[in-house]
Amino acid sequence: MRTHALTRAFGTNRAVDALDLHVEVGEIVGLLGHNGAGKTTTVRLLAGVLTPTSGSARVFGLDPVADGVAVRRRVGVSTETPAVDDRLTGRFGLETYAELQGVAPERVRARVADLLDAFDLSEAADRRVATYSKGMRQRLALARALLHDPELLFLDEPTAGLDPVAARAVVDRVRVLRGEGRSVVLCTHDLVQAQALCDRVVVLEHGRVVAAGAPAALAADLGAGLRVRVVGAAPAGVDVAARLTAVSGWRDVAADATGGTGTGAGDGATGPRPFALEGVARDADAVADAVAALVAVGARLHAVERDLPTLEDVYFALHGKHAGERSRFAPPARAAAEEEAS
Amino acid sequence: MNLRAVRAIVRKDLAAVVQSKAVLIPLIVVPLVFLLVLPVVASFAPQLANVPGSSDLGALLERMPASFQERFAGLDEAQTIVTLLLVYLFAPMYLIIPLMVASVIAADTFAGEKERRTLEALLFTPTTDGDLLLGKLASGFLPALAIAWGGFALYAVVANAAAWRVMGALFFPTPMWWVLALWVAPAVAAVGLGATVLVSARVNTFQEAYQIGGVVVLPILVLVVGQATGVLVLSTPVVAGVGAFFWAVAAGLLTYGARTFRRGEVLARS
Repeated sequence: MRTHALTRAFGTNRAVDALDLHVEVGEIVGLLGHNGAGKTTTVRLLAGVLTPTSGSARVFGLDPVADGVAVRRRVGVSTETPAVDDRLTGRFGLETYAELQGVAPERVRARVADLLDAFDLSEAADRRVATYSKGMRQRLALARALLHDPELLFLDEPTAGLDPVAARAVVDRVRVLRGEGRSVVLCTHDLVQAQALCDRVVVLEHGRVVAAGAPAALAADLGAGLRVRVVGAAPAGVDVAARLTAVSGWRDVAADATGGTGTGAGDGATGPRPFALEGVARDADAVADAVAALVAVGARLHAVERDLPTLEDVYFALHGKHAGERSRFAPPARAAAEEEAS
Repeated sequence: MNLRAVRAIVRKDLAAVVQSKAVLIPLIVVPLVFLLVLPVVASFAPQLANVPGSSDLGALLERMPASFQERFAGLDEAQTIVTLLLVYLFAPMYLIIPLMVASVIAADTFAGEKERRTLEALLFTPTTDGDLLLGKLASGFLPALAIAWGGFALYAVVANAAAWRVMGALFFPTPMWWVLALWVAPAVAAVGLGATVLVSARVNTFQEAYQIGGVVVLPILVLVVGQATGVLVLSTPVVAGVGAFFWAVAAGLLTYGARTFRRGEVLARS
């Protein structure tokens, strides 16, 4: 699947703006962004449900506008709301959609039974959907998206509103789908989930791509250096923070904001004093130099940990919001901005 | 045209309608009132007409053109009253049934699906816009036709049975009613569908669609009032002409609806 400068406007608002996107076979690509970032509109454009204002898209080499039926025959879509009819039974709903998706008539019953079983809905299959929990509806919607064995799946917030157990079941199912060689486009707000599941993520803002790449690569690009946490105890009178700052290649050394017990700075008391610091080291050699320097002044090190930036850090850095809540992992640029603000 | 998909849409919509009291109750109650209760009550009209001050029906007949009055030649007063009511005055009211059934179901399957947020899943299926529209139209049209024709048969049985002691013979259906049931009723259903489809594309709830689409009942009310005042007298040729008018209106509404029905627009408006 590939798009080129794909654009869709509603009046003066560009929901999707010059989007360049590609998804390879067997890949899980996450579309991230706030509400209104353009994720759902992108899915609708790629499924041939909406027509673009400009630009182009190809799905399996087909134009979703001209060949919408052929495209939709090969893609499965699980919409943001499960869109299941409360008045029908789960089985009847799936059988109806199997007919609509073109499943061979002689295979409909067996296929529906298989999916009901796979999604743990067999017992509830002949009950009206109105009696289903939110998790069951979500699983039913996911089963519906798979009826025709699609090669490409668009999953729009597949775990929204689910309890952790139900969400885990859906995530596990998505992993199985990838294992089966399907491609998945996952629209989500759940950054932890996206980091765990996606081979690549594309961050959208106001319909435009603001970042794209593997989650780890985006995180690595976020800030130069290694974010390191050092925990231990030092003799009274030793200012560990000052010693660490003095080591070549270290900067931004401060007390660990998430529960550290001090910087080791002396206050007249005797005996070892605990400390917990964090800072940014230029590279692994700088970390080794710091360990040597602290040991040299008699410090006992309990832990030297490297904190990797998460996708969440990347996301918030890109959007420039909630900086205060993320101080522990704040990238240098944002930390500087915070300082400036304070 | 993907007929399998069209059938699946019809089957799904009707299964959902049957499960919805808000939709099902008017589909049962209104036909029963018009086709069962009214003819039974009308069969007692001659007795009521004998009550002093209740001779409105006789006065009504006197206002009718001579050609219309000739149709009652050879009938006694009681038979005239029964025939006037059951054959002529109730005829336009019968048309309300296919109109109402088609409008209620169409409102439920178009705007109702938007309201329940189930329409989007349907739009992502490998169907054309034409398949979707045809499926939705058939979901409203087929039950409307079934209830209209079933109701016609019921009305024939009830009218003959209830009025037997007055008429003493089978008097119903008349040729005019055959034309009304087989020609006009489907046309009225199609008008109801066309209007509701157009309205449903622009509103987001079942109630809005049903209420705004309900304005198509006005031509039928014109028929009721026209006949009650003697301005319009129904006969077989007139009924055939009324049917042609409704078919023309339906063709216009449905053609416009088909040209403007695009799944993307439906989504964009919802």
